[in-house]
Amino acid sequence: MLSAKPIPAPSEDKRWRIVNATMRRHGYNASGLIETLHTVQEAFGFLDVAGLRYVARSLRVPFSQIYGVATFYNLFKMKPAGEHTCIVCLGTACYIKGAPAILSSLENTLEIKPDETTADKKVSLVVARCVGACGLAPVVVLDEETLGKLPPEAIVEKVAAWRTPVSEEK
Amino acid sequence: MHLEDLQRITEEHHAAEAGLKHVLYVCSGTACQSSRSDEVVKALQAELKARGLEATCEVRQGGCQGLCARGPMAALDQGKVVYQHLTPEDAPTVVETLDSQPPDHLQLPSTMPFFTRQVRIATQIAGLLDPNELNSYIAAGGYQALLDALSNKTSNEVLQEIVRSNLRGRGGAGYPTGLKWSTVAKAPQTPKYVVVNGDEGDPGAFMDRSLMEDYPFRVLEGMTLAAYAVGASYGYIYVRAEYPLAVKRLQSAIKQAQKQNLLGSNIAGTTFSFNVEIRLGAGAFVCGEETALIASIEGGRGTPRPRPPYPAESGLWGKPTLINNVETMANIVPIIQNGGEWFAEIGTEKSKGTKVFALSGRINNTGLIEVPMGITLREIIFEIGGGIPDGKRFKAVQTGGPSGGCIPEQYLDMPVDYESLASIGSIMGSGGMIVMDETSCMVDVAKYFMEFSMAESCGKCVPCRVGTAQMYDLLCKISEGRATLDDLVLLESLCDMVKHTSLCGLGQAAPNPVVSTLRYFRDEYLAHITEKRCAAGVCQIKHEPLEVHS
Repeated sequence: MLSAKPIPAPSEDKRWRIVNATMRRHGYNASGLIETLHTVQEAFGFLDVAGLRYVARSLRVPFSQIYGVATFYNLFKMKPAGEHTCIVCLGTACYIKGAPAILSSLENTLEIKPDETTADKKVSLVVARCVGACGLAPVVVLDEETLGKLPPEAIVEKVAAWRTPVSEEK
Repeated sequence: MHLEDLQRITEEHHAAEAGLKHVLYVCSGTACQSSRSDEVVKALQAELKARGLEATCEVRQGGCQGLCARGPMAALDQGKVVYQHLTPEDAPTVVETLDSQPPDHLQLPSTMPFFTRQVRIATQIAGLLDPNELNSYIAAGGYQALLDALSNKTSNEVLQEIVRSNLRGRGGAGYPTGLKWSTVAKAPQTPKYVVVNGDEGDPGAFMDRSLMEDYPFRVLEGMTLAAYAVGASYGYIYVRAEYPLAVKRLQSAIKQAQKQNLLGSNIAGTTFSFNVEIRLGAGAFVCGEETALIASIEGGRGTPRPRPPYPAESGLWGKPTLINNVETMANIVPIIQNGGEWFAEIGTEKSKGTKVFALSGRINNTGLIEVPMGITLREIIFEIGGGIPDGKRFKAVQTGGPSGGCIPEQYLDMPVDYESLASIGSIMGSGGMIVMDETSCMVDVAKYFMEFSMAESCGKCVPCRVGTAQMYDLLCKISEGRATLDDLVLLESLCDMVKHTSLCGLGQAAPNPVVSTLRYFRDEYLAHITEKRCAAGVCQIKHEPLEVHS
């Protein structure tokens, strides 16, 4: 098999170097595709078509196949996320302990559905299948901070605080 | 590294330990970390320093103590005292009472059935170990089994030990591990691969997460032994990307093991070489299925393919591949250390050893437990689990996630093993056990799981892709009170069709939650259909508009 040569990155952005490093670590082999997409998403926050084309050419995989992989897995996002992310766990334990109520009150407050971002680009609402912290059900993850056993009102309050400009008047 | 080195490290570790009066391990698992266990560790360390005790007492990050509901937890001096609900503000009290009795509200009685009824094999070290440190794993007896096997046993002897243990796959299906290993060992093609399946997708299951977080070295050692037994040279650990802490710990463990030549070329100076790489999942439940997992490691969409050929003959890149669950791998080291016969003495006739379960839902002691096979569900839920909170009544326990079923009260005295659970329409599954009380509606639960299977269906085969969507629609109709009895008949026939015609385990097992709830809670379905009533008050019944008579 021909070994693929690195091709020029889509932009001058230094973050492509991190992506290149991942591809190099996998010898520009197609089996490193998912790892590469993880790196792209970590570096840029989401996967855009130009980035996918670059990965496709670098790894010598048809673009259609890369697009298929990127859209198959739930974790890969094709749209930029908001400044903050609120993940509501919908695992079984959380579900029977009131996660649906949390989700619907967040949906009402933020006026968005899961996998959407508020118009002011502040908050993205995401649902997870299970974050594996069932002992704390119901669980929400606010920007990598796992919170458990909170009522919907407390969570809505925390999320709403992200959207109000920082002003500590009381 | 050789056996003598292990001996030396162990002695050094124990000598250092002997100088300490107290060692306190604070749980640093995901659940306890989210209840601020990091801050507790810092506060305790600061408190010790302030009192000038840091030379004689040490506070360390440890593994899961099991009782996540009471976290952050900590264990003092090999579990002599177990702390619960620690907060950074409790640090002075804890340090003050190190030599005496801590106040009752911070302490858990060690006589609690939660602790005394467990039998620990996979979670043997019980969290009393720093998961980030190779040396503390070695001091706890780690890597003895591997180095001893490499220098004193043939690969076939290791394999026969696993065959004798009658260990069965802990991922859910219960395939005999020894048989799987033998098939891979006999396969003529090379190279061979070992894959650890850490794609714990079942909602409500977190055993594998905990094992990877707390005992990363043990998973690695078990994996290396497996590679030695079957003649593999390369391994992958496939972990869900949703478990960042597990990934971090495994990565650090692999690095440390490579540094000490416990992984890599010519391990411990022998001719055996084995390397391991971590592969991240990307949020697809179907990747827990072995052929889909292989497709995902190869860099493609995680869609399953028909079996045979089984991965043991033709797996990763068409080569013989051994795929075992994380918990199965965690059982290898104790079996090699104590012998297959020892393991085969625990458990029931056909299901040997222990099983780790994740207890959650409407139960007092949510957390992680390890119990011998053959224990009854009643013992697990009411003795170890402490029963149902708020004086509510037990309704059902769900095992096996979206592929399992709901078990009603009349079967609580049934022993927990692969065959018994299958006979009542559920499965052992990977070990999630979700307890439900009268506030849960079984139609809603069935709908929840069907929504899951529908969303996670990979779309490759029609019965699963279309069937789950149709079943979900019917369940929505029922839960909203719009269904007729004909819909119920249609639902039942769909269950049968999807079960028998789907390509992989996801589709074949997707109807299970519906079938089992229909079997034991049919009256609830009928109440929704004929009386338009949800007894638990969960479902939003949509009443038809009343006719207005003028």
